[in-house]
Amino acid sequence: MKRLVIPATLALLIAACSSTPEGGDQSGAPVESRAGGPSVATVTTGGVDGGRLPAVLTDPKSILSKRSVYFDYDSYEVKAEYKDLVTAHAKFLTENRQFRMLIQGNTDERGSREYNLALGQKRADAIKKMMALLGAREDQLEAVSLGEEKPKNEGHGEAAWAENRRGDMLYSGEF
Amino acid sequence: MSRFAIKLRFLRLLAFAAFAVLLTPARGQLTVEITGAGANRIPVAIAEFGGDAASSRIVTSVIRADLERSGLFRMVDTSGVVMTEATSPVFGDWKSRGADALAAGSIGASDNGRQEARFRLYDVNKQTALGGSAFVTSKTMLRAAGHRIADIIYEKLTGEPGVFSTRVAYVVRAGAARYELHIADADGQNAQVALISREPIISPSWSPDGGRLAYVSFENKKPVVYVHSLASGKRVVVANFKGSNSAPAWSPDGRRLAVVLSKDGGSQIFLVNADGSGAQRLTTDTAINTEPNFSPDGQHLYFTSDRGGSPQIYRMNIGGGDVQRVSFEGTYNVSPRISPDGRSMAFISRRDGGFRLSVMDLASRQVQVLTDSNKDESPTFSPNGRMVLIATEMGGRGVLSAVSLDGRIKQRLSISAGDVREPAWGPFNR
Repeated sequence: MKRLVIPATLALLIAACSSTPEGGDQSGAPVESRAGGPSVATVTTGGVDGGRLPAVLTDPKSILSKRSVYFDYDSYEVKAEYKDLVTAHAKFLTENRQFRMLIQGNTDERGSREYNLALGQKRADAIKKMMALLGAREDQLEAVSLGEEKPKNEGHGEAAWAENRRGDMLYSGEF
Repeated sequence: MSRFAIKLRFLRLLAFAAFAVLLTPARGQLTVEITGAGANRIPVAIAEFGGDAASSRIVTSVIRADLERSGLFRMVDTSGVVMTEATSPVFGDWKSRGADALAAGSIGASDNGRQEARFRLYDVNKQTALGGSAFVTSKTMLRAAGHRIADIIYEKLTGEPGVFSTRVAYVVRAGAARYELHIADADGQNAQVALISREPIISPSWSPDGGRLAYVSFENKKPVVYVHSLASGKRVVVANFKGSNSAPAWSPDGRRLAVVLSKDGGSQIFLVNADGSGAQRLTTDTAINTEPNFSPDGQHLYFTSDRGGSPQIYRMNIGGGDVQRVSFEGTYNVSPRISPDGRSMAFISRRDGGFRLSVMDLASRQVQVLTDSNKDESPTFSPNGRMVLIATEMGGRGVLSAVSLDGRIKQRLSISAGDVREPAWGPFNR
């Protein structure tokens, strides 16, 4: 397996997070000031009691704040350019066993809604399989599909479609 | 009839139409537009019924609109002639007006403030009565009485049961985060909202008794299959396993549902009891298997799979064995729906880059493409098997379109308040 290189500050952040209890209950947790900017972002999602995520998952400078893997047309293969991203998230899950992840697969609007749901599932499954191979536990992962139902870009045409052929990785508290 | 009389009658019709619009909830009403009709339409005269004139107008206008909309009948002008079921028709007069059939009737008071709708249907050429009926109804149910009468006329004249008293379910996207599941009469009137959600709703499927709808809701940020009792609003989770749960289809006996679950990885077809118990896996390969649909005898399931490299339609028995490929032409054939008589299959086929409603004769495997549109989806048969309702797009908006099996008759159902999609035509109203 390719060895992952993580910036020093990020490694420290992950170390800090790995010792904190599950989201929402970290008022006493030390915050790594070297990350700069606001230390924690508040995630508000409907119906979920907004658990606060560690900064490393939300800081725009952290690779872990990136949550989307984009796919080619009619493809379920995680492209090489996303391997570092998936690996970073797998490492986070491995070091933070209390976190769970929901992987949502998406497709563009063309074709049958139910068939697209199955295609989106293939994309989510591909990301999940990679996570599991990299050490995340089965009980931390759930792969589901939103098919064509929740497009990120509501436009029609290749540019919009490319944005919608996507897998999103959400952490406990975000779904 | 003089020019003046025609004009007067037209104005009266206009006044009635304006009144009807005032009574109609502006939001969420489907409007039906006929965009094609059959070649040899039967000329039918529906006389004004006797009794209360306002009630008669409601009933006869529903009958005429239903028959006209079917594309199989042409309305013969009756010049406002009033005839009850007891009036002896002067057949020669109707023949000279070009009518092959004639209906007459009355709306009278019944017990407890209720009303009784009576009618009689005649064969003008043979100069005989074809039958008649009486319905006890109420002022608020006059439209329903009209649909029942239109159903009988349709059946007497075509030999097939009419579907004017049936209902359709469909999903309206009314805003960025507002999805509504509607139930309306087959003519688009009387729309009622069964479910409002911030998240998408797809794949509604009617139970054979017409009392429940199975569907997929994303309200929990993932697809979950529910069964929703329409009268009570009670909802039961039928499939909420880890992963995705989708594509519900009722068995003809209403005891089981075919669903697609990803709990074992991939998308596999399972049978579950209507209460969600007893999940039994039917497909075992690693390919996509989805969109199950029962044959009317309950012995087979048609479904979509990419096991051969592209999405195609297959058939298996309900034990999961004896798998046969059904579609061969082209590289994208999905969404199989079997006609009530088991002889035809409606599906969506990609042709020249467009997704088009197609029909296959299952005995000969002959395929006919019925539309030239680009975005047809989710076909659903009328319970008499004569029409297929689909979702399609018109001017960038989702509309429903009903197409006859020969492709000649087309109706468009659109809604002013948003995108319409995911139609499901309900069973006969018994």
